Amino acid sequence: MEQLQLKKVDIIFGWDEKVTPIDVYDKTIKKSADSIILDMIDSGLKGRGGAGFPTGLKWKFTRNEDSDAKYVICNADEGEPGTFKDREILDRVPEKVFTGMAICAYVIGAREGYIYVRGEYNFLLKSLQKKVDLFNQQLAERKSDFTIYLRSGSGAYVCGEESALFESMEGKRGEPRNKPPYPTVSGYNGKPTVINNVETLVYTCEICRMGSEKFKSFGTFDSRGSKVFSVSGDTPTPGIYELELGMPLKDFVEEFADGDAKAVQIGGASGHCVPRKKFNETIIGFEGIPTGGSMMIFNSTRSMYNVLHDYLEFFTEESCGQCTPCRVGCQQLLKGIEAVKKGEKSPTYLEDLKKLTLTMKIAAKCGLGQSVANPFISIVDNFKEEIIY
Amino acid sequence: MVNLKINNIPISVEEGTTILDAAKRLNFRIPTLCNHPDLSVAGNCRVCVVEVKGARLLSASCATPVSEGMEVFTNSEKVRIARKHVVELLLSEHNSDCTKCFKNGHCELQELASEYRIGDHVFLDLVKAKDKIQDISSPSIVKDNSKCIRCQRCVRTCAELQAVSALAVVHKGNHQSISTFLNKPMNDVVCTNCGQCINRCPTGALTERNYIEEVWNAIYDPRKFVVVQTAPATRVALGEDLEVETGTRVTGKMVSALKKMGFNKVLDTDFTADLTIMEEGTELLTRLKKAIVDKDETVKLPMMTSCSPGWIKFQEHMFPELLDNLSSCKSPQQMFGALAKTYYADKINIKAENMIVVSIMPCTAKKFECNRPEMRDSGFKDVDYVLTTRELAMMVKQAGIDFDKLEDDNYDSILGESTGAAVIFGATGGVMEAALRTAYEIVTGHEVPFTNLNIKPVRGIEGVKEASIKIKNTVPAWNFLEGVELNVAVAHGLANAKKLMEAIKRGEANYHFIEIMGCPGGCIGGGGQPIPTSPEIRRKRTEAIYAEDMGKSLRKSHENPEVTEVYTDYLGTPLGHKSHELLHTHYKVRKRY
Repeated sequence: MEQLQLKKVDIIFGWDEKVTPIDVYDKTIKKSADSIILDMIDSGLKGRGGAGFPTGLKWKFTRNEDSDAKYVICNADEGEPGTFKDREILDRVPEKVFTGMAICAYVIGAREGYIYVRGEYNFLLKSLQKKVDLFNQQLAERKSDFTIYLRSGSGAYVCGEESALFESMEGKRGEPRNKPPYPTVSGYNGKPTVINNVETLVYTCEICRMGSEKFKSFGTFDSRGSKVFSVSGDTPTPGIYELELGMPLKDFVEEFADGDAKAVQIGGASGHCVPRKKFNETIIGFEGIPTGGSMMIFNSTRSMYNVLHDYLEFFTEESCGQCTPCRVGCQQLLKGIEAVKKGEKSPTYLEDLKKLTLTMKIAAKCGLGQSVANPFISIVDNFKEEIIY
Repeated sequence: MVNLKINNIPISVEEGTTILDAAKRLNFRIPTLCNHPDLSVAGNCRVCVVEVKGARLLSASCATPVSEGMEVFTNSEKVRIARKHVVELLLSEHNSDCTKCFKNGHCELQELASEYRIGDHVFLDLVKAKDKIQDISSPSIVKDNSKCIRCQRCVRTCAELQAVSALAVVHKGNHQSISTFLNKPMNDVVCTNCGQCINRCPTGALTERNYIEEVWNAIYDPRKFVVVQTAPATRVALGEDLEVETGTRVTGKMVSALKKMGFNKVLDTDFTADLTIMEEGTELLTRLKKAIVDKDETVKLPMMTSCSPGWIKFQEHMFPELLDNLSSCKSPQQMFGALAKTYYADKINIKAENMIVVSIMPCTAKKFECNRPEMRDSGFKDVDYVLTTRELAMMVKQAGIDFDKLEDDNYDSILGESTGAAVIFGATGGVMEAALRTAYEIVTGHEVPFTNLNIKPVRGIEGVKEASIKIKNTVPAWNFLEGVELNVAVAHGLANAKKLMEAIKRGEANYHFIEIMGCPGGCIGGGGQPIPTSPEIRRKRTEAIYAEDMGKSLRKSHENPEVTEVYTDYLGTPLGHKSHELLHTHYKVRKRY
């Protein structure tokens, strides 16, 4: 397997003054929708929100649907603990996001686009609205019938889940829907919808600017391109970094940790916790551990029991509560480790709980309940003594 | 057609069929909790998960349509473990004091727990102390959050079937619960007491407020003379809770059981159903005369039926501006109570204060209705206790009566005679049909122009039904109705009622008379009827109702000899002074929030 060294790049925030986002739009829509889709598929771009669905295919499926209305939605409900990259993107290069949306709209035939901004980012709305207005005006000047609107969430983590986001946008309780149907067939208002994460849309803009060949030159075979990481925890240099995908965790830790890292939580609270002994063998990317971008570093002063406890408290609160495995499962995991810690349940109870997370992983309705198994099993397996004693 | 395999057996089904339904055709039962044939699909309990070959996740079979080439396993190891986990999780959130529960033996969660032999709880008990406090504010419905498994069947019922939305999901995660507006007591919210939520609750989280002990106490009290009345729809459903096949008429056995249980007199609400037709029919004709002959613009048309207390409360909350359109007739239950404690008490020489009137009703809203302050025209509470069909079944069991082996018995007299017209009050469209049979004959002197008096257009399960009858060859007194096209409509289930009311408000509906029943199917689908309910079960009960009607020698209310007698003896004429005093009522405006 090809393996990269850690390489910092500066694609998203690096600003080539000569080519503005709207220029990218102008250039791109000269091409046919089908050829843009081919470029996207060829680039190997996978969704940057965490799930990693190929973006080109998503656009293609939606384009192929026959409908009187279609939508492009930018998912800016960035709620995963330890993730704060989309905020930076929306703050610094929102025009690239808008451009990605406008190109997508051209490809699939959408007249309306929405940016669903998480409630906690409402402070961004005012400046973002100005920029959206300007961009809409530029689109109008180009006789485009596509318009972008902003929508504010109310601060429920689960609304980042695409179908819960649609429910929320439709004015209902933010609860995930049954799938199928998928958003490409029936999304917002029951119409075919492309929903992409903020960062994904930025990269679609970049691919249109630089071409898919250039984009493919970054990253590895399985993980094309670069990705924005939010680095936090026990690090002297917390912040936002754009790195090529496919690097070993070892390199990452050398670059960002404080020399005493005992674990890295990859992909936020719903991701995997990698202990020191596995730093060498772990790859950050779709061939290893895929991530939405959050990297939390823990050094030896941290109690992994507390870390897991906090995560479980978070999920217990943020589960929408509609499906049994997630609503009750999260509570049982939380109460369960508390009971083991207090000695009210024997340490073997952790095995029962691990089995429960396996059920949650395959029986919960949406990604929230399904992913709680990741931190639970990786922390309990790797730091069992910290959980028990 | 879509071809797939379920547990290695090939089957082809229509596109859009769910895995659950496809499996059912192969006789593989997949357990469900949040699923209900009357409601939209939720897919949230996850009890019905199955394994689909090649899929990473298990699929909720109730919410997943089949696809070509799919291979489904309904009982694989993964499925079994997951299903058991789900049931264990639900139990951990559930107050399992089953022996004290009204739903004991009828609880879907209990059945599943028993099927999977879940004994000692694997997981920690999560029931919150505050949830163990039951909401008993309502005279009809008891809400017990500690029994709730959040399947949301009640929420969907209240919103989809009844358009009331008194119950809703609030908060998220571990705080998620089913609650009322601002978590107010059930009695202070828009709840119509229809009890449809109870019929669809898989556990004991929603039950009727039961009055079984009060009724036994009355029966045992030697100073009390206990009179019981039974509603039309109970006789075609009671058997379901007593191991008799669905759709069996058990009128005679029910009467026999009630007598054996110690009620002093067993009488029939059907008698006052006939009486209702006399009053309501006269009221309709009077309104028509005022509107057509007197050109009185203050007369409200269409006139709306007032038998269904769930519907009455719905209108008081939602459409108070149309309250004057409601017939002023009390419901048959309340007419019965008022007559029992006046005319009847007199006849049998019992003091009204020593009389206890008990009703057996298919309805939970009747419990609310009998407690309305207006319902004391006899000088006492006209009806003391209302029992649902389910409560009666429980009492029959408690009394140690082998129901199936009972001989048929007849209602006592007087207030026990009824016609087929009264019986069909139990099904949607029945009141309308009964009223037309009588009104048409009063106006024209001959029977309604339908084969065997069966007015088919107002029958059936359609949400809103319409019919027109041209009045021909009127008798002299009703000449002004000659040639008039009488337009009527029937709606059942409050969501349908709402549609009709909105059409009226918009001025799009030109009806003279409207029948509305609060529950789907009318009283046969009432909130107090045996559980479960489904379109199929309601169809069987309806058939039984119409069969009972056809079996009666008298099928028109005005032919009921006891009704004639009560007018001659006591009431005078329909809408007369005495009737007005005892048989009519008024309504009040209620807030929505």
